[in-house]
Amino acid sequence: MLAVSKRCFVFPCSCRAAPPGCGPHTLGRLFSAMTQVVPPILSVTPSRALVDEKFKVLVENLPPGYPVTVRSLHNSEDKHDWEAYGHYVSDHSGVVSVSEDLSYGGTYTGKEPMGLLWSMRPVPGSRPGLRLRKMNVCTPMLVTISVHSGHEGFRDQAPLASVLTERWYMAPGIQRITNNEQGVQGTLFIPPGPGPFPGLLDMWGGGGGLLEYRAALLASHGYVSLALDYLRFDQESENLELKYFETAFNIIKDHPQVMSDRVGIFGLSLGSLVAVTLAAYSTIIKPCCIVCISSNHYYPAQGSTVASRFEGVTRQLYKARVNEDNQVIWKDVGLEFITDPSNIAEVGRINCPTLLVNGCDDQNWPTVETAEDVARLMREAGKEHLLSRLAYPDTGHLIEPPFSPHFRATTFVIHSSKEKVLLLWGGKTKPHSDAQEDSWRKILSFLQFHLYCGPCLKAKI
Amino acid sequence: MWSVTRPLLQECTLACYRLLSAMTQAVPPILSITPSRALVDEKFQVLVENLPPGCPVTLHSLHHSEDKDDWEAYGHYVSDHRGVVSVTEDLSFGGTYTGKEPMGLLWSMRPVPGSREGLRLRKINVCTPMLVNISVHSGHEDFRDRTPLASALAERWYMAPGVKRIDINKQGVQGTLFIPPGPGPFPTLLDMWGGGVGLLEYRSALLASRGYVSFSLDYLRSEHLSADVEFKYFETAFNIIRNHPQVIPDRVGILGISLGSTVAFNLTAYSTIIKVNVPRCIVCISSNHYHPPGTTLKAGFKILSKHFHKAHFDENNYMSWRSFGLDLIADPSNNVEVGRINCPMLLVNGCDDQNWPTVETAEEVARLLREGGKEHLLSRLAYPGAGHLIEPPFSPHFRATKFIILNSKKKVILLWGGHTKAHSDAQEDSWRKILSFLQLHLYHSPSVKAKL
Repeated sequence: MLAVSKRCFVFPCSCRAAPPGCGPHTLGRLFSAMTQVVPPILSVTPSRALVDEKFKVLVENLPPGYPVTVRSLHNSEDKHDWEAYGHYVSDHSGVVSVSEDLSYGGTYTGKEPMGLLWSMRPVPGSRPGLRLRKMNVCTPMLVTISVHSGHEGFRDQAPLASVLTERWYMAPGIQRITNNEQGVQGTLFIPPGPGPFPGLLDMWGGGGGLLEYRAALLASHGYVSLALDYLRFDQESENLELKYFETAFNIIKDHPQVMSDRVGIFGLSLGSLVAVTLAAYSTIIKPCCIVCISSNHYYPAQGSTVASRFEGVTRQLYKARVNEDNQVIWKDVGLEFITDPSNIAEVGRINCPTLLVNGCDDQNWPTVETAEDVARLMREAGKEHLLSRLAYPDTGHLIEPPFSPHFRATTFVIHSSKEKVLLLWGGKTKPHSDAQEDSWRKILSFLQFHLYCGPCLKAKI
Repeated sequence: MWSVTRPLLQECTLACYRLLSAMTQAVPPILSITPSRALVDEKFQVLVENLPPGCPVTLHSLHHSEDKDDWEAYGHYVSDHRGVVSVTEDLSFGGTYTGKEPMGLLWSMRPVPGSREGLRLRKINVCTPMLVNISVHSGHEDFRDRTPLASALAERWYMAPGVKRIDINKQGVQGTLFIPPGPGPFPTLLDMWGGGVGLLEYRSALLASRGYVSFSLDYLRSEHLSADVEFKYFETAFNIIRNHPQVIPDRVGILGISLGSTVAFNLTAYSTIIKVNVPRCIVCISSNHYHPPGTTLKAGFKILSKHFHKAHFDENNYMSWRSFGLDLIADPSNNVEVGRINCPMLLVNGCDDQNWPTVETAEEVARLLREGGKEHLLSRLAYPGAGHLIEPPFSPHFRATKFIILNSKKKVILLWGGHTKAHSDAQEDSWRKILSFLQLHLYHSPSVKAKL
């Protein structure tokens, strides 16, 4: 028995060939005998958790030195199946611990407690370019975790055991309120308790549609968060648009459960452009701090709305490089735009702490170059002390909450032409997932520092 | 360890209160419960951050029950120099619990002041979680006078995701079946509550969440006119679960509390249709082997009630059956012949049980098994300071609760016994040992060694 284990521990392999005396037939017979009698015990702890919390997947009561595959399966709201799996070998006490043991292969390898979530991808046979995002945040994401006999061909047999786990974006007690006040559209999430709380204006990227999940998760961490629906292609003028954002910000600021001097802005991609321009140009609102994921400071001719600027970029799409997989790379087009200094926002005017989070393998926008540019401009304005930057190697554009699957390229519909393209976001799965986990922790700590802890407190004593 | 004296405390409270008032305009503390959704036997970590250093606060839990009563617990804490209170790590200086008690906010719960007497907390609908509101308040004494600084909601579940709940009404047998997620097959448990009224499902739901097909049996039925008919009912129930497609037929156990343990003893000792290795093991909480031969359980109860005039009433007028129970079981012809039992048994009892002489019962069972050369089958746990109602971990302790005497509509307050802290420790330790006993006998496979 131990001979099998030793071999597998030293040379990660599929464990198909077992040494003499302990062949697959012996183990197979052993296990068949056992499965009539008693299955392994599979547990996921906690079985209900927030999406950014870790879980422990444990299999017990296996024969010793036994090859198994632990698999996760999720049927999305779009009715696609997503899966991940790792090949393991049980120890002498018949245990496989996904938290402690090495995976020898599958969709992830190595010691990866959360690999069953972040390495998920569409099951073989699915359409290309799929993306996984939860639209209804009031229900949990359901993931079935199962354990199967063997490594290769594990799918051919029914699982030995399976359990269900719930992954939530909303903590218990969070209120979700659709906002339609003062012409501003979005969804407000309020933490439980009397408050008051710090607030966050949360903006997604240029994909269109309102995504609530990050705002829900931020509320679960104690922030009144407004997920803002802002990409309005019918918006007529930049001034009106600026007013829209300022009104949205004030809705949070003036909310009875919000501390009016502790409201920040959180944006990703196009949303980070909004954050930066608001912080630089608004005379009405003063964010306490801003977080920009996949930073963008492209701000050409005055008098253009965010939407029209976006359209301007997409109209240049024909110039974009397409790789051998027919995936569109916008990065170079973007680089061209931002090299002209008249095309970028005057970020030297920003007066609040700013956190920029980017991926070095971003193929969609030159976000790292943008961050460097922002650093230069803020330095020139004597405001470098306000800036923190995180640049993650081999990480792409879509930096999501921890343990979300990685999408290197997904289908994207261009609003003006209705053309469907495959956009390359970049990133390699393992480093990208590490970046998601690390950046989220750093973002939360940045927000807590500026919005919860009290420089004002020191002032008052 | 900080000894917080009263005048110092008051001074501290005032200073901190002033600071906190100033602060609350500025920034509240951050209260977190991890995990916020959990099974009832799982621990949580309650943490408060961003307080001023050395600040007295009270952590308060509140639950509004299905019966519409309010239950609460609270602990008095002082933040450290970083402004943190960790219920898992810090000492509570007073409240409904003291000392380092990570789960004190649950197990020390009791009805809020002004509630009716003799209340009991039990979840009837196991498909929804128990909601507990945890809040942090400024100060210790009179913490209730001020609104909380922060609060969070925790969900406590009896059912894990994917557990199926099925109403059973088969071959005259009634109850509720809980099936774990997954293909199975699974070991199974016949689960029986005590002599109160109604069907309690929560322990079965929790056992299913731990991997056992669990059948919560509704067994105190007035239509059982004879002991034979009643006995058949139990055997039928046993076979229904044994033959369930998702059950491993030779891995069936029985778990009973109080009167339920009487059924477990009776069935295991006398059934002829239940063969070797089945049940594979039994667990008897608050062991009771009083069962006059030829009587149904209800009839037995009636006989019992004839002795109520001998019951002892304490200074609160709570009724204890322990002393006349001791008289009754002194006559061996009244009891189940437990020496006939051939499977591993775990007996879990409280030394302060005021409802029934359960520890003496366990000693008697040990003596009888020893005489039959079967003592190796028996494991006994007797918890000092624990009472009769040994529930899953972190459930509140009920020293005495209202009870309606069967067939009489008479309401008394029955003394179950136990002292809260000791009783809660017993609940936590016994559950872990019960699960490990069940796992050893129902999940692990000595039969595999035989086959090799």
